[in-house]
Amino acid sequence: MALSATSLKAGDTYTECLVEDLSRTQIVMYAGASGDYNPVHTDEKFTKEIAGYPSVFAHGMLTMGMTGRMLTNYVGDGRLTKYGVRFTSQVWPGDTLNSTATVVDVTDGIVNLSVETTNQDGALVLSGYAAARVD
Amino acid sequence: MAADKFPVEGSHIMMFARSIADDNQVYYDADYAKSTEAGGVIAPPTFAQSSAQFDPNYFLRPKIGEEWFGSGKEATSIKKKESSGGGGGGGGGLHAEQHFEYHRHIGPGDVLTAEVKPGKTWEKEGKRSGKLVFSETITEYRDQNGELAITARGVGVRTERPVDQ
Repeated sequence: MALSATSLKAGDTYTECLVEDLSRTQIVMYAGASGDYNPVHTDEKFTKEIAGYPSVFAHGMLTMGMTGRMLTNYVGDGRLTKYGVRFTSQVWPGDTLNSTATVVDVTDGIVNLSVETTNQDGALVLSGYAAARVD
Repeated sequence: MAADKFPVEGSHIMMFARSIADDNQVYYDADYAKSTEAGGVIAPPTFAQSSAQFDPNYFLRPKIGEEWFGSGKEATSIKKKESSGGGGGGGGGLHAEQHFEYHRHIGPGDVLTAEVKPGKTWEKEGKRSGKLVFSETITEYRDQNGELAITARGVGVRTERPVDQ
């Protein structure tokens, strides 16, 4: 499962499709599990009429969580030492997201990765970094 | 999210993993997890954010007997006019950044505390949403032995108006 330092080099990439056609139900599941019940994520009426957005949109943390799934599938379970992101665009129901980790360097048993998640139009929705222990 | 007691539970981890569409058995199958390097069920990397469930004052959760700003019959159930704009997230602002540092990985049986410390605040002029006010919080998650398990840094942003699409 875990990555081997000797087989990694700067520029290596790992990509996963995080979600196709993101459903409102998935967003509701995230609200329930995380405890973030902000109506802009689940309440279409409020979001259109009060918040002023065209529809509900995903929690940034849902995108970060799904991107984290790509990372743990790549580096192995319990291997992350750091993971941080900026949310650069909103994610909407119907979006399809792809996420890529790129090796920046490998030093002292740690791989440093840059992380990007984009939507079906190629727009960046999340950018960040991660670090993980490697063998 | 400040919490005096954040018990990490297997069923909560399973629900959280489902919510991020992660079917990795290490998040729900104790027998399988025992056979892995993790040594047991662990939580996904962003699970600590669900400490919101254990923050008694978390403002993005409806509370019994209190007004809630989401819709009922009307688009918002808040009767009185809110004092100022500060829109964007419609009450909650938007999440701009989130960072985690893992000192160790948490799992069922851990009972964490979450202590929130204010960080920096700064302003920026946004092209798509007017003035942006950013504020940072640092959350330290400590385990039942007082050891630091996760350090989280979040940045929230309040926009002058909804972000142009």
